[in-house]
Amino acid sequence: MSETIELSIESKYEFVDMVASISRDAAGRIGFDEDTSGWIELAVREALINAIKHGNKGDEGKPVDVRFVIEKEALSVYVRDRGEGFDHALLPDPLDPGNLLNPTGRGIFFMRTFMDEVEYLSHPEGGSVVRMYKGKHAS
Amino acid sequence: MAQLSIKERESGNVTILDLSGKITIGEGSVQLRDEVRKLLLAEKKSILLNLGDVSYVDSSGIGELVSSYTTTSNQGGHLKLLNLTKKIQDLLMITKLLTVFETFDKEDAAIASFQ
Repeated sequence: MSETIELSIESKYEFVDMVASISRDAAGRIGFDEDTSGWIELAVREALINAIKHGNKGDEGKPVDVRFVIEKEALSVYVRDRGEGFDHALLPDPLDPGNLLNPTGRGIFFMRTFMDEVEYLSHPEGGSVVRMYKGKHAS
Repeated sequence: MAQLSIKERESGNVTILDLSGKITIGEGSVQLRDEVRKLLLAEKKSILLNLGDVSYVDSSGIGELVSSYTTTSNQGGHLKLLNLTKKIQDLLMITKLLTVFETFDKEDAAIASFQ
């Protein structure tokens, strides 16, 4: 038995707060503690920002679709952009001493750190989707 | 209402920026960048960022702290951090940036470290 919340936003950073607050409520509904809910919220924010900035290249006319699937013991979040995707294996490691002072490149690292699973998929109708999963058992 | 409020004060030759609000992508990050650049242009190169009232930081905000640090260092200055919240401390820890920044819990100790 699961509950689903779906919404679509224009590619505007000011909508990130709105979706983040839904994320916090969804995590609270499952019973994640406040700290974990905060880290899930950060992962969701980073996924949205990547979708707007890198996926949709800041084109406000391109939507970002978000789906939260709330289960008894877990939260899954899907964020779809309308971009072409990219090879995540090519991302520099932000913990490499040579990269520590890079001003960018930590968003996906935060997503991977705070969620149990993060995977990238191609959407059959175009764009790419990031799927993030957080289970209560691992929090 | 601005995402981030920045109040500037001086203690000896150290400029303290009391930050309050969010350092996130967009406005908050840009405000911090502009403020630090303004100080460097005015030859104020001993900068202490008081993060005690910062309610939220994302990867862009962390990136802006790093940029502010490198820009200041490249101009022969020093930028240090005061009053990290638990969340900011955690984020700096997992990104290994606690090895980069000098951080303080007490303002007088932070000020003294610039001398």
